[in-house]
Amino acid sequence: MIGNSLRWELNAFTGFIERQKNLYRRYWAWEAVWLLYNLVSVLSIGYLASGLSTLGLEPGHSNLQQAQLYLLVGALLWTYLSMVFFEIAFAITWERWEGTIEYTFMAPIRRLTHLLGMCAASLIYGIARAALIGLALVFLFNLDLSHANYWAALAIFAAATLPLLGLGIFTSILPLLSPEKGEQMAFAVQGVLLLISGVYYPITVLPGPLHLAGILSPLTYTLDGVREALLHGLSLTGALPDVGILLVMGIVLVPASVWCFGRAEERAKRLGLLKRSG
Amino acid sequence: MAIRVSDLNAAAVEIESISKRFGQVGRMRQLMPWRKPKTPKLALDRVSLHVDTGRITGILGANGSGKSTLIRILATLLTPDAGRACVFGYDVVTQAADVRRHINRVSVEASFFKEMSPWENMLYAARLYGGGGDGTRSRVEAMLERLGLPLDTLDKPMKQLSRGQQQKVAIARSFLTSPSLLLMDEPTTGLDPRSKREVQDLVTSIRRDRAATVLLCTHDLQEAEVLCDRVVVIDHGRVLAEGTPADLIRIHAGPDGGSLEDAFMRLTGKRLEEDEEEKEE
Ligand SMILES: Nc1ncnc2c1ncn2[C@@H]1O[C@H](COP(=O)(O)OP(=O)(O)OP(=O)(O)O)[C@@H](O)[C@H]1O
Ligand SMILES: [Mg+2]
Repeated sequence: MIGNSLRWELNAFTGFIERQKNLYRRYWAWEAVWLLYNLVSVLSIGYLASGLSTLGLEPGHSNLQQAQLYLLVGALLWTYLSMVFFEIAFAITWERWEGTIEYTFMAPIRRLTHLLGMCAASLIYGIARAALIGLALVFLFNLDLSHANYWAALAIFAAATLPLLGLGIFTSILPLLSPEKGEQMAFAVQGVLLLISGVYYPITVLPGPLHLAGILSPLTYTLDGVREALLHGLSLTGALPDVGILLVMGIVLVPASVWCFGRAEERAKRLGLLKRSG
Repeated sequence: MAIRVSDLNAAAVEIESISKRFGQVGRMRQLMPWRKPKTPKLALDRVSLHVDTGRITGILGANGSGKSTLIRILATLLTPDAGRACVFGYDVVTQAADVRRHINRVSVEASFFKEMSPWENMLYAARLYGGGGDGTRSRVEAMLERLGLPLDTLDKPMKQLSRGQQQKVAIARSFLTSPSLLLMDEPTTGLDPRSKREVQDLVTSIRRDRAATVLLCTHDLQEAEVLCDRVVVIDHGRVLAEGTPADLIRIHAGPDGGSLEDAFMRLTGKRLEEDEEEKEE
């Protein structure tokens, strides 16, 4: 019995990944433009770093190289995090826009399966795109990764997945609460995360309240930890505190976001917000 | 999916006095007195309904009478404010997961991922209902062929299909999951006469072959007369009359007999007169 229902949910789970794959393929031109946009955003940060010399730092100076790596790692990680975040956050908006939302919500599957399916597809797609951009960076910039400890970076990167999914699911709730304004709110959330999570600067430069918010943002630990590992060879044991914090945040955020999603779904069904016409 | 034996003893649909009001002042709104209050709309007013398993039941009513609201409540997409609704003995609110396994719905507008092909959309739907393995493709092809959809449309983006063709894919999608209760909200609106016939034939045949129960909202009274074992006329969220098409014609169509359309006009017309009398009072 349990085996059967697990197989049922797994089948649906693959269905979501398959659907996303088909959507990405059908919207390939649109996806290509997005990838290009993300790539040039990261590149412009890289060249900004190269240009820092004109602002006073000497070219070839080791500090300059460090600054460039610092900024590039931030830009690349941020691109990855925001791509995955957006993919999940817009899952509901997208279905509302296509008009399929009632069909997905009516299906005999657990909401958890639905959400995890969307998360898995977003992760796979996000990693693939970030890898392509990362490859371009290696070719275009003279990066000094001689001190990097890749295992520590990977451990932190992996641990960051859980809280990232939690944040994405939380944001995907917004269009369920407000069909009209939910979509724009997702952009606002992303903007705030960019500001407080120390993407291009250490959060210590932020004024008090923003600094505090930064301490609460899981992205802060992701960016900080991966940077330490790539720039200064943070050891695996040294990475453990960051990994631990990220895992704890994920273990809290994911169930909380799924629970809130359920409450928002109930509310939408009570108020008739899933769909208006027909 | 086959329905379990125990389910067969329960009525397909049992609705007890459900009401649904839209645009109520929510808890958040109460805290925002500066927002303009919306006038709530009573979409369903203490509706009760019993549908036997294996029947086709028509729901007739003017625009805005509450047909789609009723269908959505049975589809677990809306929660009623009051009353109780059960599908094969399962409560649509507290046992929604059990209800979902037995139902599917076709809505007026074909709701698809428009860039994806009919096949990709069907495959997605099949996966959500435990299918999608080998043989799905041939089942989809057989279904669409039966509905008269050219097979070369199967792999084109959905947006390139005409509205009627999209509607046929929507109908095929709902049949694909073999629901025991099929909720059809104006499935033939926008179809040409031949396609309409093909859909109607398919509805009759699934009822015959699989003992499925169908709830059919329609504005086509001829269709209701031909297809339905029973019809329910609702207006302003209330059930006005219920019975076989022949009963309704006999009782409501007027002294010199007539069609279901005459009965419908007289029934809903009576309501209009009542409304006017109420206003005058
Ligand atoms: N989600 C919703 N939010 C607010 N009001 C709604 C919602 N759904 C329906 N209504 C209102 O409830 C009433 C009944 O609507 P419903 O869609 O059930 O009518 P209908 O009988 O299906 O009409 P039609 O024949 O035009 O499809 C209408 O006044 C409609 O405006
Ligand atoms: Mg309707």
